[in-house]
Amino acid sequence: MYRGWRRRWLGLLYLSPALLFVFAFTVWPLLQMAWMSLHNWSLISPPTWVGLDNYTRALHDRQFWVSFGFTLKYTLIITPILIIGGYLLALLTSGGSRLRRVTRTVLFTPVVIGLGVSSLLWYWLFSTDFGLVNAALRDLGVIAEPIVWLGVDADRSNLAIIASVVWKVIGFGMVLFIGAIQAIPTEVTEASVVDGAGFWQRVTRIILPLTLRTVLLVTLLSVVGSLLAFDQFYIMTAGQPQNQTSTSVFFVYLNSFPYLKLGYGAALSMILALTILAFTVVQLLLTRRSHA
Amino acid sequence: MSQATKTAGVVPGRAAARAGRLRRRGPGRRGYLVGALCVALCTVMLLPLLASVLASVKPTEEAAATPPTYLPHAVSLDSYERLWHYQQGLLTYLFNSFGTAMLTIAFTLLLTVPAAYALARFRVPAKEFVFVILLLALIVPYQALLTPMFLTFAKVGLTNSLVGLAIVHTAIQLPFSVYVLRNSFAAVPRELEEAAVVDGANSYQALRKVFLPAAFPAVVTVALFAFIMSWNEFLGALVMMSKGSKFTLPLVLAAARTETSLGGTDWGMLQAGITISIVPCVAVYLLLQRYYVSGLMSGAVK
Repeated sequence: MYRGWRRRWLGLLYLSPALLFVFAFTVWPLLQMAWMSLHNWSLISPPTWVGLDNYTRALHDRQFWVSFGFTLKYTLIITPILIIGGYLLALLTSGGSRLRRVTRTVLFTPVVIGLGVSSLLWYWLFSTDFGLVNAALRDLGVIAEPIVWLGVDADRSNLAIIASVVWKVIGFGMVLFIGAIQAIPTEVTEASVVDGAGFWQRVTRIILPLTLRTVLLVTLLSVVGSLLAFDQFYIMTAGQPQNQTSTSVFFVYLNSFPYLKLGYGAALSMILALTILAFTVVQLLLTRRSHA
Repeated sequence: MSQATKTAGVVPGRAAARAGRLRRRGPGRRGYLVGALCVALCTVMLLPLLASVLASVKPTEEAAATPPTYLPHAVSLDSYERLWHYQQGLLTYLFNSFGTAMLTIAFTLLLTVPAAYALARFRVPAKEFVFVILLLALIVPYQALLTPMFLTFAKVGLTNSLVGLAIVHTAIQLPFSVYVLRNSFAAVPRELEEAAVVDGANSYQALRKVFLPAAFPAVVTVALFAFIMSWNEFLGALVMMSKGSKFTLPLVLAAARTETSLGGTDWGMLQAGITISIVPCVAVYLLLQRYYVSGLMSGAVK
């Protein structure tokens, strides 16, 4: 047997490629970003130290707050839809019948499609003159004139994009919820049936409390994912009108790449990363407590 | 509801038996309601995909028609032909997407299999700390790290390079992969490992002959997730690839949406591209569904 010091060093040897990789491509960029955020830097001129100026500048930048507010609004609308909708779908399809299994597979299929590609698909469906959404609404007599869904009104764009993202990701939460529901011991549900509990009573008194941890986890994943939204807005509205639909990540992207304000972009990235971290910590604390 | 009540009397035996576990009053009524809901949901979910596929085989003029037609009046592969010749040619973009995805799978497995093995079976100093470092990318969004990565990559020639993009994708995929593989290696029975060691196997041979075969499903899961993520990823590719000849499929399609040919967006070609992008993901998902769902579960339990 290979025990003792040899095993320790051997273990480190096996770990070293992954550790080096993480240092080079996660830890190092993180440190670089922190350094950059304290400098004024465009690619043309050399970096100059400005302390926390980039951060105070962000707090006084109107667009920073527009982007942050819009991202928050998007997150606050889409998360309940994904959680409640996903949970209802899980309750509907968690059984073992063939139809339910097929439905599960179908509901999950859009999850494996890329967000960029699904956004392009919905960009077409929601297009004013060429899209099937307007065509169907008009043929059903709901609207007389085509609606301009994307890029003209921020709220209407938001709704259209939310519809497309719900279509794409609702199956993700559903599958995790199904896993949690199926993990409930059958004796527990059977006992409640014997006690005469109705379906909704069983859901609210037994199934929901026993799967609360998963609900919180999916909420966390959904909140973080939504706060980092980019692809769907870049493709479907390109931030229009007047950058009202450019999300936080979009704003970082605009500053870092097209505008090449590298220091400012880095400060915005730091703020973004810290926001995500704060949300994660709060949610993890909540998960802990609910578990205990 | 009244519709459902009417059907309550006619319960097919099979459905009743199936519903036995959940039985309360009127299992049949519920059964039909559930059935109708399932069919309706499947239809809603599949319609956009179907619409895209159908639009991709419309003849050129019909694909650009306004108002659009629901079903193609004639079938034609014109849109696919235009996509085939679009700018650098479809093959270039397919090569870039597939190449990046394959490199991502290779990098991910080469890095995470040994690391997960060590975490599962070796007494490593400060193991918990090492594990946290490896999972760091879970709490640091890669979207925030792209700018410094781009600057470094630009210096060493890794921008506009499939290897560079695969590195970004590997960094995204690493925490999940380490996590899933570690759990799977840890679940390999000690006796199997000890038997191999008694037979004179060293740790590398034990990994190859015992752990990898035993944890094969987890390896498939990790490769599958790496493929789907890399094939679909957008922002990293957008930042790292500025040359048209290095675009991945999602990038070239996103660029084509604003490109004007025939005086407007070439919707037919766009739908052809969307269909081609979707097919590999849905195919591997349907083929390897078991691995996908198990990966999702084990990755999410945290």
